[in-house]
Order: sequence, then structure tokens, then C-alpha cells
Amino acid sequence: MISPPGIRRAIIAVPFFAGIGLAVRLDRGPDPATSDAARPGFVLRDETAAAGIHFVHRRPTFDRRIANIEPHVAALGAAVSVTDFDADGWPDLYFTNSRFGEPNALYRNRGDGTFEEVAARIGLADLNRPGEGVSMGSVWGDFDNDGYEDVLVYRYGYLALLRNLRGRRLEDVTVAAGLRRWVNSNGAIWFDYDRDGLLDLYVTAYFREEVDLWNLATTRIMHNSFEFATNGGKNLLFRNLGGGKFEDVTDRMGVGSTRWTLAAGSADFNEDGWPDIYLANDYGPEELYLNDRGRRFVLTTAGLESESKSGMSVTVGDAFNRGRLDVFVTNISERGYLFQNNNLRLNQLREQSRFTNIADATVADAGWAWGAQFGDLNNDGSNELFVANGFISADEDKSYWYAMSKIGGANRNLFEDAGSWPAFGNASLSGYQPSRVYLNAGLGGWVDVAAAVGVHDRYDGRAVAFVDLSNRGVVDVVVANQNQPAVLYRNYPDTANHWIAFALTGTRSNRSAIGAEVVVESADLTQRRVVDGGMGFAGQNDRRLHFGLGDRERVDRVVVYWPSGRRQVLRNPVVDQFHAVIEPRR
Amino acid sequence: MTDAIASQRSSDSRFWSRARRDPRYLIAFLITLVLVAAQFRYHMVGGYQRLVVALLTCTMVEALLSWFVRGRVVNLQSAYISGISLTLLIKPQGGALWPFALGGFLAIASKYVLQYRNNHLWNPTNFAISTLLLAAPNRVSVLSHQWGNDLPTNLVIWTFGVLIAARVRVLHITLAYVISFLVVNGLRSVAVGQPLLPEIAPVTGPMYQLFVFFMITDPRTIVRQRRWQIAVAVIIALVEALIRFASDHAWPLPVAFNVAPAFLALALVGPAAKWIDLRRSGQVRVTS
Repeated sequence: MISPPGIRRAIIAVPFFAGIGLAVRLDRGPDPATSDAARPGFVLRDETAAAGIHFVHRRPTFDRRIANIEPHVAALGAAVSVTDFDADGWPDLYFTNSRFGEPNALYRNRGDGTFEEVAARIGLADLNRPGEGVSMGSVWGDFDNDGYEDVLVYRYGYLALLRNLRGRRLEDVTVAAGLRRWVNSNGAIWFDYDRDGLLDLYVTAYFREEVDLWNLATTRIMHNSFEFATNGGKNLLFRNLGGGKFEDVTDRMGVGSTRWTLAAGSADFNEDGWPDIYLANDYGPEELYLNDRGRRFVLTTAGLESESKSGMSVTVGDAFNRGRLDVFVTNISERGYLFQNNNLRLNQLREQSRFTNIADATVADAGWAWGAQFGDLNNDGSNELFVANGFISADEDKSYWYAMSKIGGANRNLFEDAGSWPAFGNASLSGYQPSRVYLNAGLGGWVDVAAAVGVHDRYDGRAVAFVDLSNRGVVDVVVANQNQPAVLYRNYPDTANHWIAFALTGTRSNRSAIGAEVVVESADLTQRRVVDGGMGFAGQNDRRLHFGLGDRERVDRVVVYWPSGRRQVLRNPVVDQFHAVIEPRR
Repeated sequence: MTDAIASQRSSDSRFWSRARRDPRYLIAFLITLVLVAAQFRYHMVGGYQRLVVALLTCTMVEALLSWFVRGRVVNLQSAYISGISLTLLIKPQGGALWPFALGGFLAIASKYVLQYRNNHLWNPTNFAISTLLLAAPNRVSVLSHQWGNDLPTNLVIWTFGVLIAARVRVLHITLAYVISFLVVNGLRSVAVGQPLLPEIAPVTGPMYQLFVFFMITDPRTIVRQRRWQIAVAVIIALVEALIRFASDHAWPLPVAFNVAPAFLALALVGPAAKWIDLRRSGQVRVTS
């Protein structure tokens, strides 16, 4: 006989088991928004080979003392930057390599849809040498304002600054510039923090500067926490003094973070007219350094300290057409093991002195995500997001995640020592992941349309760069993959939408116009973009700013905020064309 | 002695007396300490809304179900402990809050549904976490390294944990498990040819702190006699080592076994041991 409590327990059992069933159902996730996925409004075609790009990245090899985790330590270095090194009006592509003897590649855009590789000819190939280090990426900017973009190559090793001699050759001026420093860097940005018209340089550091990965004095080189590590290399800020000289002002300006920074981005986030620095730190919280009128930087909390993760990339863009620059930071998600979740930080500095993370489940989980960029891939007036991902693709049947879970929760004394880590062998770690292409559905959230638009590769993506390769008013996508071939996705959007683009040239500001922000206003559309001096992870976009307009046939007003502080207004510029904008001298 | 001091001592005495009778007071204190330390040192809660949802769900479900089944609302301290434990342990995909609500419901409801002789068999938090990891691995993971991993914070937790476990008279369970873990996983490291340190490293992490001080020692779900309590702790460590051995050899287990082998080992062994214990005793004990 069932007692009354027994009957009541039986009644409770119904919602109890229904709850377990609900968990199973929720595990499948929401039904995809098939309408958006079916009509993304653009197609990305892999035209790498047709364009004549045959670059294959090679990862480095290091001291045998860390052979047990070499796949992990050597998992970075594939990078791509956009430049127009010969100032012929066609954007070129520079890829870095990361093994001794392997050349970097500079692909010169012929303007007919094909490229020629010219790195060796102009002195940009042979940058991976014993004693010097191996390339991890590059950033281009006209530091001497001579009309030709120069390049800083950051390495696990010495920095290399190369000055562009009228597009014909690049000469190494590192020593003369005062930049010969061993940094172990994964990122750098050009920006003009003091608004003196000269590009300054911020270099992020990963392993400590005393670590020579080919000649290790100790295996205690790893981070001292998986979430709050502070024992990384010290980031460096170099002020451009003019005359080809730089001065280390890191300590004076207060920006020497040692949080294993993987990426930096710069923009005037708080809209006070001075460029700020945003850092994505591996094994730690993000950091925002607000610029105090070029006198110093102030590390602010801004809501970033509450979630400590593994930041990989800083992507700056106007996510929801508010005329504000938001930030997307990639992180690690591996289903079942770890959800660090990507952050989509809505810029609310003006109202609430903070960023608010509004990433939904779709955009939060892009696997082990690396470089990302905002851009209007379908020219509808809203930014899409392209996210490269995948960490180490080796034996598909072996995963290092179980081993990672053992060492990950351990005391710092254990995992700070590379010798304590379980051997990697030929295991994969979040490998073979498909890139994500997130369609911006506004209030409807984000929809991954990668498969629908033709992105099927499962390479270990690192850097992503957006660039209009054929000056068509279209954003193409270039991805540098780790230890694998680079991919060029040429974009074919629906032709009904309009666009407008701007090529800025600074006069009082730095000539590359890096740091300039442009706000386009067209009927109900307001959108802001910034000329980047390095963005995403180990990447740099086209310096020209592209805006999709949807079916809007006119632009009411364009406001240019130059790095010098000058504000310029353009009224009713013609749509569907590039506009060359030169900063007024007065 | 002033009246104030006398009053304070009397109050302290009442607390310890109450704590001795009902160990949940001390356990609630310890879990609160862990929560506060974790949040203020590392911001590891990931949003106070998670804490609110988990706590509200656990306490409200406990109040409702106890009233429904027994006609009275029971002491809610157990629900409070479960709510905080779930807040610390669940790491969801994106900003999802449903795992905290559903986990809280499953934790408390399991006490009323999965019973034998009026005793619940599973530690509520252990049941909820294990169920979520098995049922929704694509949306839910568990605390693995979202903690500072630094010695001072861990020492505070371990010190208070050991003191309170001793006070509650379950320290032998904690020590039996930890020693067994070290021994069997040391042997496992030899068997699988891996260095020792990575194999014993997990026990120094945060998930295991919560496991050894709150789950495996739950006074309501442990067996009665001290020697059997030690035996069960050893068996849990052995089963966990077997799970890890399977993971070492990439056996096709659900990913939950790779992620939280200790939780799954307790979820398998604990209820079986409790069931045998209750069956042998023949006693009927009303739980709260």
C-alpha cells in the first residue's frame, strides 16, 4: 500500500524525470534560425590557388627540454596583415612564418585578381633565423610619414623594424630605432597615443623576455595560474621621437602588463579624443587602459575583471550600429570540458563606465577561437563576425583535453613547470574545428552561416584580415592557418546593396591615419569604424574603411575624427565608391 | 567577566552546541567562506545572477517539496549549501542560467524522489552535477580550473576545511579519500607510463576541495560506521582511478567521465553503499 507521502513523492517524480528530459532537450540547443541561414546575402569562395597564393605556415621547433608540450608552445605564429606597401592603390598581403629558414611571404596585388610573391626581392622574407627568433606577426604603419608604410615584425625573439624605401625595398632599422629588444611577442599595434602625428608602438609580450625558447635555462616558463596568471612577459610601449628613433616609455605610461597578453586593440573607447588600449590576456582577465590625455594610461576595471578567461583576440567594431565601438574577445570553449565563452562587450563607458558582456550562446561558443574581425560581408549595413578557430589538429582520434583537465586544476607550482605537463604525443587539442561566420540578426542575435556561405575549412585558424582585394566595394576574407595553408575567401555579396568606403590620409595626424574614426550617417543607419594599426589576433585589416548601406541610396553625413583631434564633416558623399579623404591642415 | 563577554561566550557556546548537533551549520559556514574567498579573490562566480537563481531555486524547491510531502517546511540550510555548491561548480555555455535553475531543482527533488527507507541516497549537488554533465555535455561543464591555483587561498580553504571536517567528525573520510587518491593514482601513473605529478595534480585543484569537504563527507549520505565510511572512501578513489584508467586509454566513455571522474565515482559508489547500509540496518530515518 502506498502511503500518502509515497503518493506525493510519486507526484514529484513526474517533474523530476521531466527535468532530466528537459536537460537532454536543452543540450541540443535552440533550433537554428533557418531563414537567416538560408539567405545570408553573400557567398565566400576559396580562391586561394586561383589568386596565386601558395603560402603554407610552418610552426617552430624549440629546446628539447619542452618537447613534451612543444605542440602547445609552438602553436602560434601564423599571421596576416594587409598593406599597400608600394602605394599603388591595391592592397597586398604579408604572411609570417615561424620556423628557422622558412621565409615570410609578401603577396603583391597585381590588380587583376592575382598576386605575385615578392618578399625575398624587397627584403621581407629572411626573418626567421637562429639567434634572431621566428616571426609571430607583423603590423604596418607609416612611422616616418613618408607616404610608404613600414612594418614591425614581432617575433619570439628580437623585434624587427623595417623601413619602406619607396615601395622598392625595406631596410632593417631596428637598432637605429632603439627597438632591438628580445620580447617573445604575439602582437603589436601602431597608434598615436600622444597625438603628436607620429605613430607609437605597443608590443605585447607572452613568455618572459629572459626566456630563449631554443636555449632554456629552466622548464619553469609556463603561467602561474590558468585564470589569473601574472608572470608573463612585460608589454612595452615605445614612443616615436621622430627621426627614426623610439623611446621605451612603458613604466612612465603605466602599461607594462605581465598578464600573458595575446592581442591588443586601440580606439577611443571613452570618446575623450585620446586612443585607449584594450588587451586580451591569456590565462587572465582583459584589461582596459584609458589614455589620460597622452600623459599616462590608467588601468580601469570597466566590468572586465569579473570574468577571467583565455583572451586571444581583440576585435573592435560597432556591433549594433550605435555609433560606438564595442569589443569582441575570443576565448576557449570545448563542449563537455570547458566553457570560457567569447565575450561580446557592449561599450557602455559613457553611461555606466563599463563594458557589458552580451554574448549569446551562439556567438559565445566558437570552439577554441582565435582571430576574429567585424565587417559588413553582405553590405546590408550591419557587421558580421568571422571567427577563426581550432588549436592543434593532429591525430583526430586522440585528444589532449583529458590530460589538460588534469594539469589545469593543479597547483601553480605544478603547471608553471613545463616538465610537469603530460606528454602531448600526437594528440589533438580542439582540432579540426570549422570556422564560424556569424550573421548579425540584430535583436535576433547571431546566426552561424559558415556552411551556408561556403566556409568549410577545418584548418587551425589564427589570424583573420578583412580587405577589399579588388576594390569592388566588397569585404574579402584572408585567414592565416597554423602549420597549414593560408586561405583567401573572395566575397560575392548580393548586388542589390549599396556601400561606401574611405581611404584616409593624415597630415597633422600620422599619414596612415591609424586611429582615425569615421561615423557614417544614412537615414536610420549610424555606424562607426576605426582605422586599425593591428586588430584581432596577429592580424591587421585594410586601412580603408568600408561601410555597407543596405538599400540606402544616399549618405547624409560622414564625420571623421582624426587622431590629431580634428573633426571633419563630409556631407552627402556619393555611394558605391571609394572616397579619398585628406585631413585638413588647418 | 562583564555581562557582554559572558553573553558573547554564551552565544558562542550555543553556536558550537548547535553545530555539533547539526553539522550543516559548520558546513554552511565553510561553503560561504569558499564562495566569498573565490569571488572576492578571483571573481569566479561569473555573475551574481547565477548565485541568485541557484539559491532561490534550491531554497524554494526545498520549502515547497518539504511542505508538500511532510506538511512542514524543513530547515533550509541543506538547500543553501546545495545552491552555493552549484553556483561554484556549474560552468555553462554562454550566459545561460537554466543550468543553475534546473540543477537546483534536480538536486533538491532528488532527495524526495530517489529514496530508500526514507533516506535519500545521492548527495544532492553530486546528483545534479553528474546528471547535467551526462545529459547536457554540450551546454554544461564543471569547475575545473576557474580558480586561482595559488597556495595562500588554497591553504585557507584546506585549513578551515580540515578543522570543520574534524569538528563534524568526518575528517577520516576526507583523509582516507585523499590518501587513497594519491596511492592508486601513483600506481596508475606507473601503469600508464606517465610522470607522477600530472596524475596526482588534480587533487590540489578547486573541484577536489569542494569534493572532499562537501560531497564525499555529506553527513546525510555517508554510511554509518567509521570503518565503513573509510572503506567507501577508498572504494570511491578506486573507482575514480578505474575511470581515469579508461580515459587514459581513450575508451569511449561519455565525456562527463573524463571531466569529473571523482563526481561520477561518488555518484556510482555512494548510493550503492548507502543502500546496502540502510538495508543492513533496517532502520528508518526521516531526513530533512
